[in-house]
Amino acid sequence: MGFFALFDLSVLDTTVRLATPLLLACLAGLFSERGGIFDIGLEGKMLAAAFFSAALAAMTGSVWIGLLAGVAASLVLSAVHGLASITFRGNQLISGVAINFLAAGLTVLIAQSWFQQGGRTPSLIGGGRFEPITLPFAEALSNVPVFGPIYAELISGHSILVYVALLCVPGTWYILFRTRFGLRLRAVGENPAAVDTAGVSVVTLRFAAVGICGILCGIAGAYLATGLQAGFVKDMTAGRGFIALAALIFAKWRPWHALWATLLFGYLQAIALRPDIIEGALGFKVQVQLLDAMPYILTVVILAGFVGKAIPPRAGGEPYVKER
Amino acid sequence: MDVMPKWAEVTLVPLISLLLAAILSALVILAIGEDPVAAVKLMVSGALGSTYGWGYTLYYATNFMFTGLAVAVAIHAGLFNIGGEGQAMLGGLGVALVCLFIPWPHWTIAVLAAVVGSALFGALWAAIPAYLQAKRGSHIVITTIMFNFIAAAVLNYTLVNVLRPAGSMDPATERFPEAVHLPSLHELLAPFGIAFSKAAPANVSLVIAVIACVLVWLLIWRTPLGLEIRSYGKSQRAARYAGIGAVRITMIAMLISGGLAGMMAINNVMGEAERLVLNAVEGAGFIGIAVALMGRSHPVGVFLAAILFGFLYQGGAELALWTSIPRELIVVIQALVILFTGALDNMVRMPLERIFLALRASRSPKSTAAE
Repeated sequence: MGFFALFDLSVLDTTVRLATPLLLACLAGLFSERGGIFDIGLEGKMLAAAFFSAALAAMTGSVWIGLLAGVAASLVLSAVHGLASITFRGNQLISGVAINFLAAGLTVLIAQSWFQQGGRTPSLIGGGRFEPITLPFAEALSNVPVFGPIYAELISGHSILVYVALLCVPGTWYILFRTRFGLRLRAVGENPAAVDTAGVSVVTLRFAAVGICGILCGIAGAYLATGLQAGFVKDMTAGRGFIALAALIFAKWRPWHALWATLLFGYLQAIALRPDIIEGALGFKVQVQLLDAMPYILTVVILAGFVGKAIPPRAGGEPYVKER
Repeated sequence: MDVMPKWAEVTLVPLISLLLAAILSALVILAIGEDPVAAVKLMVSGALGSTYGWGYTLYYATNFMFTGLAVAVAIHAGLFNIGGEGQAMLGGLGVALVCLFIPWPHWTIAVLAAVVGSALFGALWAAIPAYLQAKRGSHIVITTIMFNFIAAAVLNYTLVNVLRPAGSMDPATERFPEAVHLPSLHELLAPFGIAFSKAAPANVSLVIAVIACVLVWLLIWRTPLGLEIRSYGKSQRAARYAGIGAVRITMIAMLISGGLAGMMAINNVMGEAERLVLNAVEGAGFIGIAVALMGRSHPVGVFLAAILFGFLYQGGAELALWTSIPRELIVVIQALVILFTGALDNMVRMPLERIFLALRASRSPKSTAAE
């Protein structure tokens, strides 16, 4: 195995799959924070969505109903966050912490009550999961050198939510930078007083931002439980919400950069699963703990401003009090 | 002038928040088909009905006092330290190094060294986020979250690759020597003729935690440094105008905070497990947030809230043992307490303030002027 084994197609394929929930959660955070609402509750929203999507998919046998349930659960938590941080002008960080614990506790509690399987859902089979989609001509083109295998293995053969997540990147860019709503959303995160003066409701805009965040977190959670894995297990988000937060800072709150950041972090997760490849490629053993901690270390370095400065939206974290 | 009298501020607001959290928790228990009244009875008898129960309640409470004080000190400086979990993990590492590599003649000296070691490691782990906040403007909440994860990786690496005894599969250190065994409440109370459960893990660290509460109170309200910390927390601009250095206060407050979180390790690592295991902290760092919010960042409040959470923790364990309600119920209660006392504070406060305003208006205007 040489150095290029590090970029083996199977590793890259895993990268795409592991990056998808990170990307969705990262874009979710991007909407919220661009609108001036810090959200460290991404983790909790994903977890709630993962559970409810798996639970409903298991009960109804339809993954689409599961997806809807997951998004709904995530939206409920978003509403709590909005209520606390917009309506009652509470501390957004504390609200986020509370939401994370709420989801961590409630999912296990309800899972135990509904399924009695030690805080997990039954394994999803058949229509209860998002199946991989084979893109057109994947079979036919797989013999074409270089491009063929890349198309057949890396680009084709993911579940639909992977493609949805990828499409969300240009979508987010378009909404934020090419629509009136996006302009206002960015303005409300930088200078809510100016938006208010222009006669646009700060509260409505911020609730919209938090709502979009809820939807995207819901899809991310549903993908975890019904696409990446077949069912919900306790604490299955395993810090992904925080890695997404890290990616958001890494990307400096920009959609395309969010894609690259989450792909990088997804790659780190994927390569951590294959210590044999790392050792073969680099000739020495890299501690798996170092790979696990890498996203967090990189984020701290970025935050410290040694590699370009990460400047959050100016009004982020501040409740807006209307001038009287 | 404040709208609410002081007594209402310190008692009514947290109690109403707690009541709301309790009602919602009861609804949750009902929703999963269990009886909330029976659950509370079981929790009370399990956590407070025997010295064994008390021993566990006080053991958990000791952990939460340290982490609660840690969060409280940071809050006084206007900083939100979410990193108690990671700081407590590193504190455990400090305690393990002190206990394993130095031959102590007696536990009394060992515990002093362990306090220093754990506080040093905890403070060190808080120092980097503090420095980055003070000097580089990186948001301390995000950096402390990141440092929790990095701490977990560091601890994992150290236990698996460095401190694990040869031949053992378990990622944990070997047992600490007998000389550093901390006396449990059973051993402490026996000379006074008080019978206390032998099996319960509450130990002399409880005394240290109470001393820490007193010292934090002295520091915050009775020293010039405490005044500076509080001024900085109330208004950074005013503090700067008064000549209080932002970098200095941020660093000092976070070092104290991290040190307190780290000191939790003398209870759970040195006092209970008597070796360092991977999951030693068990979320106590995060419960510190709920404890500090509930206790309004006052040492007395933190002490009471820590005992309340100790009760919830032990009661929850009993529930999980005897009913089909899983332990995670406590996580839900903890989340609701954080939500109501922290984030939805205004939801409780606004109607209360309106009531007090109405009360004041109904009294004669003369007495209002005299106040």
